[in-house]
Amino acid sequence: MISLVLALAMLLGLAAGCANDDGKQTLNVYNWGDYIGEDVIEKFEDQFDCKVNYEMFEQNEDMYTKLKTVKGTYDVVIPSDYMIERMIREDMLAELNLDNIPNLQYISDYCLNRDFDPGNKYSVPYMWGTVGIIYNTTMTDGPITAWADLWDPKYEKNFFMMNSVRDSMGVALIVCGYDMNSRDEAQIEEAKEKLMEQKPLVLAYTGDEVKDKMIAGEAAMAVCYSGDAITMIEQNEDLNYVIPVEGSNLWFDNMCILKDAPNKELAEQFINFMCSEEIAAENREYINYSTPQSQVLENLPDEIKNDPVQYPDAETLERCQIYKDLGDMAGKYDEFWTRIIVN
Amino acid sequence: MKKVKKSPVSILYSALIFLFLYAPIAVLIVYSFNANKSRGSWGGFSLKWYQSLFEDGAIMRSLYTTLSVALIASLVSMVMGTLAALGMYYSRRKVRRLLNNVSSLPLVNPDIVTGISLLLLFTFLGFKLGYVSLLLSHIAFCVPYVITSVAPRLYQMDRSLFEAALDLGATPSQAFFKVVLPEIMPGVVTGALLAFTISLDDFVVSFFTAGGGVSTLSMTVYSMTRKGVKPEINAISAIMFVSVLLLLILINLRSSREAKKQKQVRR
Amino acid sequence: MKKFRYASLPFAVYALIFILAPLILIVFYSFAGPNGGLTLEHYKAFFNFEDPVYLQVLWRSIKVAAVSTLICLALGYPMAYILSKMRPGLRDTMVFLFVLPMWMNFLLRTYAWMTLLERTGLINTLLGKLGLGPLDLMYTQGAVILGNVYNFLPFMILPIYNVLVKIDSSVVEAAQDLGANRFVVFRKVIFPLSLPGVISGVSMTFMPAVSTFIISRLLGGGQQALIGDIIENQFKVVGNWGLGSAMSVALMVLILAAMNVARKYEDENAGGNVLL
Repeated sequence: MISLVLALAMLLGLAAGCANDDGKQTLNVYNWGDYIGEDVIEKFEDQFDCKVNYEMFEQNEDMYTKLKTVKGTYDVVIPSDYMIERMIREDMLAELNLDNIPNLQYISDYCLNRDFDPGNKYSVPYMWGTVGIIYNTTMTDGPITAWADLWDPKYEKNFFMMNSVRDSMGVALIVCGYDMNSRDEAQIEEAKEKLMEQKPLVLAYTGDEVKDKMIAGEAAMAVCYSGDAITMIEQNEDLNYVIPVEGSNLWFDNMCILKDAPNKELAEQFINFMCSEEIAAENREYINYSTPQSQVLENLPDEIKNDPVQYPDAETLERCQIYKDLGDMAGKYDEFWTRIIVN
Repeated sequence: MKKVKKSPVSILYSALIFLFLYAPIAVLIVYSFNANKSRGSWGGFSLKWYQSLFEDGAIMRSLYTTLSVALIASLVSMVMGTLAALGMYYSRRKVRRLLNNVSSLPLVNPDIVTGISLLLLFTFLGFKLGYVSLLLSHIAFCVPYVITSVAPRLYQMDRSLFEAALDLGATPSQAFFKVVLPEIMPGVVTGALLAFTISLDDFVVSFFTAGGGVSTLSMTVYSMTRKGVKPEINAISAIMFVSVLLLLILINLRSSREAKKQKQVRR
Repeated sequence: MKKFRYASLPFAVYALIFILAPLILIVFYSFAGPNGGLTLEHYKAFFNFEDPVYLQVLWRSIKVAAVSTLICLALGYPMAYILSKMRPGLRDTMVFLFVLPMWMNFLLRTYAWMTLLERTGLINTLLGKLGLGPLDLMYTQGAVILGNVYNFLPFMILPIYNVLVKIDSSVVEAAQDLGANRFVVFRKVIFPLSLPGVISGVSMTFMPAVSTFIISRLLGGGQQALIGDIIENQFKVVGNWGLGSAMSVALMVLILAAMNVARKYEDENAGGNVLL
């Protein structure tokens, strides 16, 4: 009996041993899927002699829920604007010691000091971009220009929507003529109805897999993020990306450190590392989103710098809004979105 | 039946069902050697997906996690389950029934309920999700398989064997190791192998109970399918198929009768 | 040997912590109110007959699972029958071959169908070469049912086969001697005797089919959400554990009740327990 308990204890100890790596410092990073240069983690591990546990999420909401479930597990997370605002409000983020992040000086002013985190006390920009429509010119009747095209019956079962509350509800709110950040229940309800009406036309609600589907020509259109659009266009030249005329979402994904982070110091080093020219360039090169790093931007060839998909002109950006924290209305959005998927 | 029926209809029917079951797997295996990434066209024979599979740190780590969890969980379950079956055999009827019912819960409950209930437990206790929580969860649903394969062996055993050994002067532990254990050994081994395969195949429970960067192969495959076409998945499929083939041949060689009875228990 | 009774102690303790306590917690969370009190709010939200959005999902899940199970039965019974009539050596090999795909990773099996069903997948590519298609095969309820049938067909074949193969051939011969033709023998003798296997197969197919969320996620594209999807969504994305727990409890009760009925039936009819 006793020996059995001992054996069990030993096995469990062995198991725990496997999980820990020989006394090195560890950093736990929680980032979007497919959202970092391929060798970046390895380079960081080598340079700082540590081990990085790298985990991925699909959308802001599942990241948030996970953080509420498992406390004290992650150090660095990379949420978007409105989620950062919410996490600051709920006291989930640690204030950064900007002295430890000297590379912040290379971040362009355009991305700093935004409403969701005034003075960048809690977050450092990682990437930014827009939401728009990617379409296959061989499968649509002429260029797509408006969100309203996603309600056109001629594209029945021929386009993908995003499996994401804010992005889908936001599109519907704009089409209904309301603010993307509406907190008016009647307006949200109307947007929900709009999405319900659209559902029979939608081929599927997708996440990251939309990239391969569109490259393969599975559908004529898809709602997607600008950086993913570049990746897709690179691999299928029939594709084109547009920021619809009605306006769209401009977003920032920033790096933050959690209040209960086990290793804040290393986390700050990681953020600083990600802002260095070499690494920021590598990340941009791999994931194709718009970089906030000014040195990287300067060294880009003109064709990229002037590419309307990656670096839209001021007029287009003027049409775009940043998502805001919805406060107590977030629950309503979730509930309506659940109803749309369920129906 | 006096004669074995071999009508062409039944041969055709078997062939069709067979095709249905194997065609998708065969397609994956063929594609794993396709030099083209696209599924529509054949770009010549290539082993490059196998190479990139073995070079992919995330996949190899998750493979290691899967194997080590399955191994430890099946060993622990083997010991705990065999002891449990033994104890239940000698217990009063009421206790036996109770334990039997409890151990059948993970077998009849949907995986998603098992997974979520364990997630709630770990969260409630403030236990960090990671390798250990994953392992503990796997043990929880593996032990019942061992119990269900050991128990029938015990009932088939002649009860007086053990008493005879005691009468002849053996100590209870001697009697256990020399007499009882050899009798029930086939059930113990089948149970452990069963637990091992069940653990390997699990996705849902792992999905809810792993965390902190720990991922099983199933979880890695899931996140890969969410990202789109990854030809490495085809390569994993081919390797899995061959491994499962070998493993099953092993199980069948051990005790074909026993294995067959148990296989239906769980996906 | 009374001493051996204590051998089940480690398991009893383990089961208490890792099997019973978690289930009690689910029940607890399903009644837990926002401020630590007890509430029926989550059950009310789920069983809201005026706005039966979640009940509709449950109903859809039951329908999809039932259709999948019936198809499995229709395909699986003849197969089990054919298997049971084969000569023993060949039979063992054949059964082995039927079991084999079932052990291959569940996700990989489902993924295989994704590569076949897409518009640019193999089936549509072949159809295209014949000048047909493309057909919309992915992201439909049909795709989800197909995924269920493919994944769970062996669960139907094996229990039925196990019962059929044990039917005493002298019973069949006796019926034939009494002048019954093949159909009468099947209807009056073989089928009733195989019922425990059918029940067992039905419950083992229906149970995973009704609670799945992977198959509907991968093959249904979020269009055909099932109860499993919604539960997963409540825990992983929305973070409403109360509602998620209430739905889990409802699903658990449904399945345990169904299994109980099935088991009683098996016990009464065959005495043996085919399932375990």
